[in-house]
Amino acid sequence: MYVAVKGGERAIENAHRLLAHERRGDRDVPEVSLAQISEQLSLGVDRVMTEGSLYDRELAALAIKQARGDLIEAIFLVRAFRATLPRFGATEPVDTGAMQVRRRISSTFKDIPGGQILGPTFDYTHRLLDPQLADGFAPDTPATGEVSTGATPRVTDILGRDGLIEPSPVADASAPIGDLTREPLSFPADRDLRLQNLARADEGFLLALGYSSQRGYGRNHPFAGEIRFGEVEVEFVAEDAGFAVPLGSIALTECQMVNQFKGSATEAPCFTRGYGLAFGQSERKTMSMALVDRSLRARELGEEVVAPAQDEEFVMSHSDNVQATGFVEHLKLPHYVDFQSELGLLRKLRKEFVEANETPPMREAAE
Amino acid sequence: MAVLAHSATADIAGHLATVALPVHEDLREPENGLVMVRGRVGGDGAPFNLGEATVSRAAVRLSTGEVGFGYTLGRDREKARLIALCDAMVQSEKFVGAIEGQVVAPLRAAMIEGRNRKAAEAAATRVDFYTLVRGEG
Repeated sequence: MYVAVKGGERAIENAHRLLAHERRGDRDVPEVSLAQISEQLSLGVDRVMTEGSLYDRELAALAIKQARGDLIEAIFLVRAFRATLPRFGATEPVDTGAMQVRRRISSTFKDIPGGQILGPTFDYTHRLLDPQLADGFAPDTPATGEVSTGATPRVTDILGRDGLIEPSPVADASAPIGDLTREPLSFPADRDLRLQNLARADEGFLLALGYSSQRGYGRNHPFAGEIRFGEVEVEFVAEDAGFAVPLGSIALTECQMVNQFKGSATEAPCFTRGYGLAFGQSERKTMSMALVDRSLRARELGEEVVAPAQDEEFVMSHSDNVQATGFVEHLKLPHYVDFQSELGLLRKLRKEFVEANETPPMREAAE
Repeated sequence: MAVLAHSATADIAGHLATVALPVHEDLREPENGLVMVRGRVGGDGAPFNLGEATVSRAAVRLSTGEVGFGYTLGRDREKARLIALCDAMVQSEKFVGAIEGQVVAPLRAAMIEGRNRKAAEAAATRVDFYTLVRGEG
């Protein structure tokens, strides 16, 4: 018999009111604006855009404000928003080689054409708390330097010219591009689907997996061929206009990892590579993504699959923090009936246990 | 159109206010939507879906028949409408000069100036390596 239980409406309503009050905090403190979040908590915004899988700074800032700074909750909000808009189509693939570079470093070549550009980075800071920031602080205007007109080719392109690194997989025009937001995951998954999954994946999860591969679980300790961050142009082939229209530019971070060799009887040995790409300035994310991308190529490269980071089903099924949080947090919802049935079963088992342990002496006595 | 997509709505509207606008109508009401942004494996290989971006689009028709399309990143519908209007006017011999001279040219100059400033800021963080020569005496 199904028994519906109702109740708690007023409690829920009042909990929402209390949440809104707590979200606002002390009303004597000025309210934080979306522009403040977008401008001053920009790396949090970048993470929400990347894992929310939606490039829109203002929406990501709104999500962070609404989620009281809980970034996974904010990512959840952004993902849900995506469902409210129609998709007009897909952009032309972005050309990261033509990026307007704000930061670009290589740990493999000192003298890369275009130079090492540190850009805005926490690297080389002392990681000491700065009390100046506590009471408002006006920074100096940035220094400016002479802009070089030379190109900034990707490090992998330079290695590729001499055949020292494997080429990127060539586009197969007849093959559809996997989209896990439209079709459920199935395995084995191709690299396009894996990269889409990794781009949306939880940064902490990828960081841990990438770290595990560096420590030896799957043997993957590469060189950072290049990390670059900057603006790229986005173009869209509009059906009504009939040609590619420029949509503006977005900020992206790209990481190319250079790993140890492969070769065969017919192919000369060359470096292999792992790739990472994310919205905004997301270096830890793209580095982790590139490490895991390379690990997930184990089968393709004839490596033994022995570690979690090499297991695509494990990685792709657990990488999404919105799915993960949904399943973990559903444990908070009422399970009263389920629990009652388990409780009933346990009582029965305990009764049987007691009876089983009481019977032998009685049987002996009877004998 | 690339210049307009990079410019702020208020700036486009401000420059457009200096032009006598022709009679026009919305062929398609401005609307918000998404595009899937694609990257390439390894930067230059096969494409993959990176994630979506919000976009706005609109279509405007001048009373003289020219149809313009406006597409831009973000959820600003008015910006898409202004871009569509400029696109339509550029196709009209009567207005192409005014749009190019009074709207696009100043916005292009501002865009280039902004880019140059960012590039100069980045250039100041370029590393100059120097070699320490080991002394032999």
